[in-house]
Amino acid sequence: MVKVTIDGIEIEVEEGTTILNAARQVGGDIVPPAMCYYSKLEGSGGKCRTCLVEVAAGSERDPRPMPKLMVSCSTQVQHGMVVKNLTSDRVKEARAGVTEFLLANHPLDCPVCDQAGECHLQDLGFENGKEGTRFEEEKRTFAPRDIGDKIKLHMNRCILCYRCVYTANQLTNKRVHGVLNRGDHAEISTYIEKALDNEFIGNVIDVCPVGALTDKTFRFKSRVWFLKPMNAHRDCPTCQGIATVWMFGNEIQRVTGRKDAYGEIETHNGKTAWLCNTCRFESKDVAQWTIEGPRVINRHSVISQGHYVLKNPLEDKSTVKNLK
Amino acid sequence: MGRKLLLEHADVPGIETFDVYRKHGGYRSVEKALKTMSPEEVVEEVKTATLKGRGGAGFPAGMKWSFIAKPEGVPRYLLCNADESEPGTFKDRYLMQYIPHLLIEGMIVSSYALGANQAYIYIRGEYMFVLRIVEKAIAEAYEKGFLGKNILGSGFDLDLSIAPGGGAYICGEETALIESLEGKRGNPRMKPPFPAVQGLWQCPTVVNNVETLATVVPIINMTAAEYTKIGTEQSKGTKLISAGGNVERGGVYEIELGLSVEEFIYGDEWCRGIKNGKKMKALVPGGSSVPILPAHLITKTANGDTRLMSYESLSDGGFASGSMLGSGGFIVFDEDQCIVRNTWNFARFYAHESCGQCSPCREGTGWMEKVLHRIETGKGNMRDIDLLADINKKIEGNTICPLGDAAAWPVAAAIRHFREEFEWHVTHPEEAVKRNYGMLKGVTA
Amino acid sequence: MKIEITEQKRPVLSEEAKAEIQRVIKQYPEGRQKSAILRVMHIVEEEAGGWLSPDTMDMIAEILSIEPIEVYEVATFYTMFNLQPVGKYVFEVCRTGPCMLVGSDNIITYLENKLNIKVGETTTDGMFTLKTAECLGACGYGPMLQCGEEYHEYLTPEKVDELIEACRRGEIKGNKVV
Repeated sequence: MVKVTIDGIEIEVEEGTTILNAARQVGGDIVPPAMCYYSKLEGSGGKCRTCLVEVAAGSERDPRPMPKLMVSCSTQVQHGMVVKNLTSDRVKEARAGVTEFLLANHPLDCPVCDQAGECHLQDLGFENGKEGTRFEEEKRTFAPRDIGDKIKLHMNRCILCYRCVYTANQLTNKRVHGVLNRGDHAEISTYIEKALDNEFIGNVIDVCPVGALTDKTFRFKSRVWFLKPMNAHRDCPTCQGIATVWMFGNEIQRVTGRKDAYGEIETHNGKTAWLCNTCRFESKDVAQWTIEGPRVINRHSVISQGHYVLKNPLEDKSTVKNLK
Repeated sequence: MGRKLLLEHADVPGIETFDVYRKHGGYRSVEKALKTMSPEEVVEEVKTATLKGRGGAGFPAGMKWSFIAKPEGVPRYLLCNADESEPGTFKDRYLMQYIPHLLIEGMIVSSYALGANQAYIYIRGEYMFVLRIVEKAIAEAYEKGFLGKNILGSGFDLDLSIAPGGGAYICGEETALIESLEGKRGNPRMKPPFPAVQGLWQCPTVVNNVETLATVVPIINMTAAEYTKIGTEQSKGTKLISAGGNVERGGVYEIELGLSVEEFIYGDEWCRGIKNGKKMKALVPGGSSVPILPAHLITKTANGDTRLMSYESLSDGGFASGSMLGSGGFIVFDEDQCIVRNTWNFARFYAHESCGQCSPCREGTGWMEKVLHRIETGKGNMRDIDLLADINKKIEGNTICPLGDAAAWPVAAAIRHFREEFEWHVTHPEEAVKRNYGMLKGVTA
Repeated sequence: MKIEITEQKRPVLSEEAKAEIQRVIKQYPEGRQKSAILRVMHIVEEEAGGWLSPDTMDMIAEILSIEPIEVYEVATFYTMFNLQPVGKYVFEVCRTGPCMLVGSDNIITYLENKLNIKVGETTTDGMFTLKTAECLGACGYGPMLQCGEEYHEYLTPEKVDELIEACRRGEIKGNKVV
């Protein structure tokens, strides 16, 4: 075990743990935001740069500070490391910068976006963004595309986290979409019209941190905060059948995987409970599910609207973490 | 007349062939190293020579070599970075085109030092005609027993081949180069793990620039002790400088490190001054990524010392009043050139070459390009200049690889030294456009 | 932005090209044949008349036993590959800093006027495509352009005229007609 201090909080973690995962073990607001890292997708992380932190002391053996800000999702802790996240002005400035970059070409179409209310970019903007924009140029645009009959791609909203690419690589046997072109023209695409039709491909919707990949069977049905999320399960020959069903009255409007505080699909029975397409897209009848009870959405989100508290979370532990 | 260690025989007719090259002392270092030295001794020699990487970053090559992991039963690889794409830099092309065997010789000795039995040269795709020259030389080296199994009876085996890129500046970054050589998009990897531990196909790998590997040859031939007699305190040996822009005689020159910048630009043996008798306005001394120097900081440092062609002298004064030797790509600007237009041009280059993987670089380089283009075409305003400086700050140091820094530095330096010119573009939009497009002369067909 | 697609059937590879592809693949360890992709793409592009259609890229995927998307990803990353039909001669004029300082803008404008096309376009007779390129590593010898594998340096309008004439006379190697 190694000892690491994050924003003044000391914790012991296993060797090889990343700073981000160590922070997640502490929990609460000292956890850096992560737009591209996804602990259940191998190789993810390092790209969005929102989780940058300051390493004020490298280790007990070599206590020199690291000159550059480090990506907490991919930097392993060392014994005696001292990390500053919320307590670092450099971090706050860099994170504000990254937020501004991610929003520069973003269409800001939240009013018509199905992801609104559970969008990580909204959260990031709320916490690190500024009012107004300094970006006066024409935004780059892409036409929306259907990639399969159940999934809609809005490339304009994409932040190129690559999570959906890793998902297809790791959950399906044949990847047909990828990142094409480069630089600020880079885009998620199948190149020629092809449908994503693997039984597990629907998970690209769950891993997408923004509204780039959305569920066509739920398109424009409702705002997520009008729905009641319920834990539910069913017998499924393909997947574990462990889901959250989003209900309006007695009607299931959509089905998603069960996500933890960081928006990642939970682990059940020792395995990540990735949902199959049948459960996600074709099981909208209440009779198909055993409803367990209401789901607490345990993260910053407008689903818990009205509960945002703008205080220094280090002084006030009663903020967002404990929201019910 | 400076000493030449690399290009001494570059002008000899037929030097690209094995026989002529051999007749002029070629492959002696292979004989010396493989027959009389242990791999460790070769590494030590290169360390003692304090050879700094010639690709741009200047990291000590011997030290890089000593980092290579040596797990049992896992192959090690030596990769030659011939992806030369830094604007202003064309020295590696010259070396490979005219004396390809020098690179091959350097790679044999270096592979021996590292214990690598397989080496690859990754050359930019646009240099396909150079690839064919090197490939022919490799075939000759195989034929003559300098490549393949049991080289010179030493028991050392080495296979060498050359692979082309496909048009991507970023593949000059060593981990992007490795990705590309694995047949993927040239997205740089996160470090750690460093290539010395997990590089090509997750095996220990060293990536060195063409000139660095070629320089191993004279170091082994003449010994590090002799080699370090050339140069300055902190910059030993010779360096290839590629000169372009508004000089009288552009081209590739080998200089002894420590030559004065003034001598290099105005000397008869070198660039012969500024074209058309004009005055020099600015200099970018190490490829487009390094900070631009205004006229008064070119031949003298801020302290009034003579500015020399060396790592330490060119960076004297830090970024406030200095620059970097970088890759040795000298870009000289005459008095008629527009700094704003050039800064935009470089910004466009970096935006074009960003891999798009991490957000500060992907979004930041594109944003800077757009803002600079507005200023350049007379549509900017004063706050744009500060905005540029701020975007810069948000990119620098926050990206996966150094392309972000490389994109940020030239813009920051141009604003630092030539702010009035940016302001003039804002306050005189019509004249600015006329000035820039007035530079397009005689274009009727 | 919209990815434009032109369909064309894959080319029939010559025996030389097939042998060359096998030679290149053998430069890499067993199972690492994907490493040969860029070289194979250059070879196949030449065989296919200077550009890669989706079907041609699918053929490359088959040769290397990889998924087609892996070829598309690579083809769209590297700027040398043409994914739309091009003319018999493709002029790629370097537009970066050092060349700009010595007048590459003039050369580009001259070519646009002379060929009566804009950058990115092909002449109606299918002879010439005009493109710009970032630094091609000839900064001391600018302005310059690349046509096929060849570099043409120290360009002036007169030299450009000569080059165009030489192309018309068939003295310069152009793309295969397929």
